[in-house]
Amino acid sequence: MDPLEIARWQFGITTVYHFIMVPLTLGLGPVVALMQTQWVRTGDEKWLRMTKFWGKLYLINFIMGVATGLVQEFQFGMAWSEYSRYVGDVFGAPLAMEGLLAFFFESVFLGLWIFGWDRLGKRLHLATLWIAVAGSVVSAFFIIVANSWMQHPVGVELIDGRPVMTDIWAVLTNNTALTAYAHTVTGAIAVGAGFVVGISWYQLWQRRRDNIDTVDATGRVVIGENLSIPGRDRKDHSVWLTSIRVAAVIAIIGFGGVAITGDLQAKLMFEQQPLKMAAAEGACHDGTSFSVLSIGNLGSENCEDVVAIIEIPGILSFLAHGDFDTNIKGVNTLIPEYQALYGTNLPDDPLYGERAGQEINYLPIMEVTYWGFRLMIGFGMLAAAFAALTLWIVRKGTVPQSKFLMGTALLSIAAPFGANIAGWVFTEMGRQPFVVVPNPTPGGVDGVYMFTAAAVSPGVSGEEIIFSLATLALVYAFLLVFEVKLLIKYVRGGVASAMPELGHPEGDSGDGSDPDDPNKPDKRDDVLAFAY
Amino acid sequence: MDLPTLWFIAIAALWIGYLLLEGFDLGVGMLLLFSTRKDRERRLMLNAIGPVWDGNEVWLITAGAATFAAFPFWYASLFSALYIPLTIVLVSLIFRAVAIEYRGKGSTDKWRMWWDRALGLGSLGSAFGIGAALALTTTGLPIDANGDRVGGAFAWFTPYAVLGGLAVVGFALVHASVFLGLKTDGDVRVRARKFVVRWSPVALLPIVAWVLIIQFQNGTLITWALVVVAVVAVVFGWISARAGREGWAFVGIAAFLVAGASSIFAAVYPVVLPSTIDPAFNLTISNAASGEYTLGVMSVVTAFGLPLVFVYQGWTYWVFRNRLSDKHIPEAHIVKPAVAPASSASASSSSAS
Ligand code: HDD
Ligand code: HEM
Ligand code: HEM
Repeated sequence: MDPLEIARWQFGITTVYHFIMVPLTLGLGPVVALMQTQWVRTGDEKWLRMTKFWGKLYLINFIMGVATGLVQEFQFGMAWSEYSRYVGDVFGAPLAMEGLLAFFFESVFLGLWIFGWDRLGKRLHLATLWIAVAGSVVSAFFIIVANSWMQHPVGVELIDGRPVMTDIWAVLTNNTALTAYAHTVTGAIAVGAGFVVGISWYQLWQRRRDNIDTVDATGRVVIGENLSIPGRDRKDHSVWLTSIRVAAVIAIIGFGGVAITGDLQAKLMFEQQPLKMAAAEGACHDGTSFSVLSIGNLGSENCEDVVAIIEIPGILSFLAHGDFDTNIKGVNTLIPEYQALYGTNLPDDPLYGERAGQEINYLPIMEVTYWGFRLMIGFGMLAAAFAALTLWIVRKGTVPQSKFLMGTALLSIAAPFGANIAGWVFTEMGRQPFVVVPNPTPGGVDGVYMFTAAAVSPGVSGEEIIFSLATLALVYAFLLVFEVKLLIKYVRGGVASAMPELGHPEGDSGDGSDPDDPNKPDKRDDVLAFAY
Repeated sequence: MDLPTLWFIAIAALWIGYLLLEGFDLGVGMLLLFSTRKDRERRLMLNAIGPVWDGNEVWLITAGAATFAAFPFWYASLFSALYIPLTIVLVSLIFRAVAIEYRGKGSTDKWRMWWDRALGLGSLGSAFGIGAALALTTTGLPIDANGDRVGGAFAWFTPYAVLGGLAVVGFALVHASVFLGLKTDGDVRVRARKFVVRWSPVALLPIVAWVLIIQFQNGTLITWALVVVAVVAVVFGWISARAGREGWAFVGIAAFLVAGASSIFAAVYPVVLPSTIDPAFNLTISNAASGEYTLGVMSVVTAFGLPLVFVYQGWTYWVFRNRLSDKHIPEAHIVKPAVAPASSASASSSSAS
């Protein structure tokens, strides 16, 4: 069995999976921190409830990010040892910095936040959450720096056939990294906000379904309560209404962010990886038009099979250069250029195993790049449109009883996840056949690039990788079921699932449910507020 | 001191830090498999590591990443050679982490029982696998001139691998019991202390054997001195445990680990991964290391970052320094859907407002 193909599937699957949890952690974290900040500032219990509820979901998801991230850290050495040897001098540094300067903060302070509800002062406790969230945001930076170096190597010199780092600052301020980072973080914000919008919609909808909230003749909400259902009091309504409004605004801002930063990225990519962008456009010939819809055999080696059905003249030039008439090179022009620079066949080197001497296919799989690009943008636009619609719909204080809209709200949770996955698949597969893409800019680094075919561990057999791929895929599928099950359970429980005291309106919660009562006898004898 | 040597020390320190801190997390996980059936006691044990376990695990991540940054050839050869055992370690770590977070979130006994098993076996698998990997990097693997493993997927499976695995498992069990004696009250505390007194002479044998094997192969005067320190520390720890002085017992066992593990790292220096095929293929701190510039950058970052970690991680232990006992553990919270029962959806609204 071919270790290379399996190793690629393995890396793709595990990373995409990690990146289901990651954007939710990155996006939801700041939202929870903001809510807790509001609580500390205003003392309004609604914000406390929001903090606890969204915080609970945040933690259920966070742990899966931690668990799957571990795999990522080990994988480079396990399956891609040749790659690790080649890039180690420069690539390991951001990974180690991530551990030292980000993961430690993230994990230690999150532990303090979870268990510190009544051990720490209010403000200090809030600070622990902000520090943990900052840890996530910083960790994303370092890992994107590592990834962007593979997309666009800078700050190194080729010595004895290996890139050796000469300028860490250049690596950290790689323009590819800065735009990709901004794009990824705004994309994550869209995910977090979409999640909050969808779930708050469900809560408001459920309140209407249970006849707790009704609407008057003008469509304005009449807030009610049903004390036999845990947590469904009057305050509950404002928890969800505020959540949905705040999140819808954040979702729209997030989408604006991805559009702006995505455009910057596209401009860079036309320079740095022109073939990726040409493939993303299905553009065989040089031209200026953006294809909205192309059909034909995108994957075929012969680009002429692709026929653009709808094209908008000028837009491609606009994407790449900001004007409407610069000619952009198509696939047919670019391939000979790549062949001239990097060869037509893989070198006759034992590194390439059976592949030595094979012809190199510089064209990434066109279906993937073409549709990856469009799905990313499409899903993002859908979610943003729904957020805007939501803002308008809830202006009178609640959501309609429509099942169709309820379904749409749930789909709008999934859409930004889809956009993120599509974006990564586009970026990573569009980079093939290179694992480290040559830097083509004038004055770029000469000779620093690596074909994916040379990156895999020479000593590891296909069977071993199959074993880990099968095991991890199984474990991941299994755990995803549990994560989703738990998320649903806690969502259906409403705020009371995160605040047991709300489930006992008679007040027998038994643990002095106000954690901020300054007259508490002895803090040390308290029941843990937030225990496993 | 040259930079590769400094980084060898740094990585040894990261591994020792990892074993020292996560040792008791892993041990608590394993103890859940057999030490008690009472749910409240299990929760008590779990909450004793609750606020700190994730931060402790970052020592592992950082040890791995620092090896990648400072000695990429070491990282690449060791990790690819141990492909299967590391896969098992990863799966174990995944189950362990998820189980800690999820076990309390279901309300049936069955749910908790399965997650407890996942947590226990996950801890066992991680401790054993990491121990095996560490032992092999000190005793050697069949690697060729390029640093790639030869001899097939199970070439790593040697008595040393088993010894290293048992060493870390045994140490973690003792360390966790000492830790629980220090951090909890009630039956759990009593039982933990008994465990230390009765079982530590057996459980610590493999780690002592590993230390001695390395010393007989490569020992120097300094490393033998460290061994003596380790032995004194462990005897002191055991006597303290028997006398019921839990703080000193913890200090003794911790000092034992630090001195014992240091003696191993110091003895194998400057080799980071011996080749059992030909010593000429050994990976050493000079042929496995990154360039001067990279090591310099990493040194600056570490000089700034690591002391900070000490401060705030230490502070966490201070914040959660109190002993936990039964009375701190809240009733298990049962999450029910906040929806009206289907039939009464409209009827119940009469009670509203
Ligand atoms: C843009 C963001 C991003 C990307 C591209 C990646 N990660 Fe990640 N990672 C995070 C953002 C993140 C995070 C948001 O910071 C996480 C998610 C949950 C968490 O605990 O931290 C995390 C967790 C996480 C952990 C566990 C940390 C802990 O225990 O606290 C490790 C070891 C990694 N990641 C390693 C990687 C590697 C080696 C990646 C490259 C293939 C990778 N991640 C891609
Ligand atoms: C979390 C976001 C990421 C996603 C979703 C993602 C996705 C993918 C996918 C789908 C592949 C397979 C491509 C193919 O085989 O054609 C891949 C390969 C790879 N990616 Fe990423 N990636 C992500 C982040 C990263 C980061 C941050 C790094 C490095 C720090 C990285 C390094 C690699 C490597 C080494 C490969 C293997 C070589 C290859 O097959 O291209 N990826 N990734
Ligand atoms: C609205 C217009 C958008 C444009 C013009 C755009 C543009 C791009 C481009 C050009 C890339 C490839 C960069 C590369 O190859 O390195 C990319 C990647 C990516 N996109 Fe988008 N994007 C848009 C919307 C979105 C949305 C809505 C999301 C998610 C909510 C998203 C998430 C991502 C992710 C996660 C990646 C991979 C990581 C990266 O390279 O930054 N994008 N995007």
